[in-house]
Amino acid sequence: MTAIPMAQKPRRTPRRRSRIKLGRVSLYLVVIAITAIMILPFLWMLSASLKLDREVFAFPIQWIPEAPRWQNYVEIWEMIPLARFVYNTAKITIIVTVLQLFTSSFAAYAFAKLDFPYKNVLFLGYIATIAVPWHVYMVPQFVMMREFGLNNTHLALICLQAFTAFGVFLMRQFYMSVPDELCEAARIDGMNEYQIWYRIMLPLSKPALSTLTIFTFVATWNDFLGPLIYLTETKLKTIQIGLRMFISQYSSEYGLIMAASVVALIPVLIVFLSLQRFFVEGIASTGLKG
Amino acid sequence: MSSADTELQVAVKHARRPLLSKAQQKRRATLVAYSFIAPNLIGFLVFTFGPICFAFALAFMHWDGSNPIQWAGLDNFFELFRDKAFQAALWNTLIYTAFSVPLTLAAALGVAVLLNNKIAGRNFFRTAMFFPYVASLVAVAVVWNMLFNPAMGPVNMILYTVGVDPQALPGWAADRYWAMPTVILFGVWKDLGYFMVIYLAGLQGIPRELYEAADIDGANGWQKFWKITVPQLAPTTFFVSVILTIQSFKVFDQIFMITQGGPGTSTLVLVYHIYNEAFISWDLGYASMVAMVLFLIVLAVTILQFRLTRDID
Repeated sequence: MTAIPMAQKPRRTPRRRSRIKLGRVSLYLVVIAITAIMILPFLWMLSASLKLDREVFAFPIQWIPEAPRWQNYVEIWEMIPLARFVYNTAKITIIVTVLQLFTSSFAAYAFAKLDFPYKNVLFLGYIATIAVPWHVYMVPQFVMMREFGLNNTHLALICLQAFTAFGVFLMRQFYMSVPDELCEAARIDGMNEYQIWYRIMLPLSKPALSTLTIFTFVATWNDFLGPLIYLTETKLKTIQIGLRMFISQYSSEYGLIMAASVVALIPVLIVFLSLQRFFVEGIASTGLKG
Repeated sequence: MSSADTELQVAVKHARRPLLSKAQQKRRATLVAYSFIAPNLIGFLVFTFGPICFAFALAFMHWDGSNPIQWAGLDNFFELFRDKAFQAALWNTLIYTAFSVPLTLAAALGVAVLLNNKIAGRNFFRTAMFFPYVASLVAVAVVWNMLFNPAMGPVNMILYTVGVDPQALPGWAADRYWAMPTVILFGVWKDLGYFMVIYLAGLQGIPRELYEAADIDGANGWQKFWKITVPQLAPTTFFVSVILTIQSFKVFDQIFMITQGGPGTSTLVLVYHIYNEAFISWDLGYASMVAMVLFLIVLAVTILQFRLTRDID
């Protein structure tokens, strides 16, 4: 709390009230100032995306362009295969997310609810690799993928992101909280394990699945180093590295660069706003990064 | 569950399917269990576990990716001591971590405490803080480069307008000394929302009575923050600092986009050096040796975390 100068009146109540009032005003001012720092770069981006290149850096900043150039948003689709990039990214992201959800929840069910030899050893192995940064083994992984003939394919990126230990860990933690009696009861009713997973565990684990979905979606959509290493052909590029290619080709076309950046942000914004609740709960409960 | 229930369940099972011996049942259960983990386990073994083992071996090899692999012994290890770029990268990574961890931590905690107050539009503010974290890095980094353009960017324009001497205007990403602060600032700005969410969760766990008792004792906001909030959040702070530290040692994307490791080697970091050695110079063995250094640092932080958590518990 900042020190607020106030009248030194002996009477207690009005002074206290005015102090609270001033406190609240300064609280709002601080919050609004910080929010501005967080948000203004995006507004500047949006504003610049509707300007001519020479208007972008005009000072003082003109937040609302006099004559918005909507053509910027038409031209970018012609100058770079932006639609192709969006399609590539969406394809990789959706396949990775679906595979991740399926294989993680499937494996997590066995780790949480079934007994089998070497269960603890295997699970420890999973946990141990969470601590190994991807950057430590990205080089041999790349060489191996190249041996498989997967260099410059989307399949390589799908394979390296679809089977994470993190997903198994997250789902297992959730399944552990589901009472064993529920599975027992289902077994007595004659369900086999696959039916229990499909009919009982999956519907119950919607919150955990949503958390995993959003983590995987954002991580894959925003992945940078993976596509940078694996995808060198323009027609295969994802939006991140496609955008980067565009920037290096047209480094002074500021308006167009900003328009392409806005387009790159929109899908994540939609997914984020619609699943925000799960995202926040997911971080709060696991604290792990996707 | 009582034993009567289990007996009943066994009886029901036996009534429905042909009788299996105990051993057969067990084998069947194992098969079913492995069928559940197989899709993930196979992918995991091939694409994660295999490469990890390969990485350890590769650190002691010479390989350019096309000619036959050669045993290198400790050559790559000794190369670390000769390689000036590696030493710069290690130093810069330490500097980045030393500044970005406490700054992000303080910013996240501050914002979390502010937004834990009951204020109008609280959810909007929280979303706004969080948005840079989910936004595409390339898009955001491009805007930063423009905003912090030394010659015509709005940030320097504003500094100039408020009276900063044109000669003293920071060169940001283009300047040897300002480049590191620029990427650190960017990291803090981008990540603070994520850690704010963890802190907000931590704040929910502080018993209200503590603050009520402090109110009765006449404590002011500042005292309550230092005497109640900070100590009560100690486990969260510890957790956040561990994640932040590990994340800082792995920093790459933003540096690649904002400074390309330069000017000179002023923002070259470990992962960037691995990337250069592997995918630019194709010295895969040496790149893996640098990766081992990264691994050992992260491992040390993780072990420290486990030790300390155990002591706290």
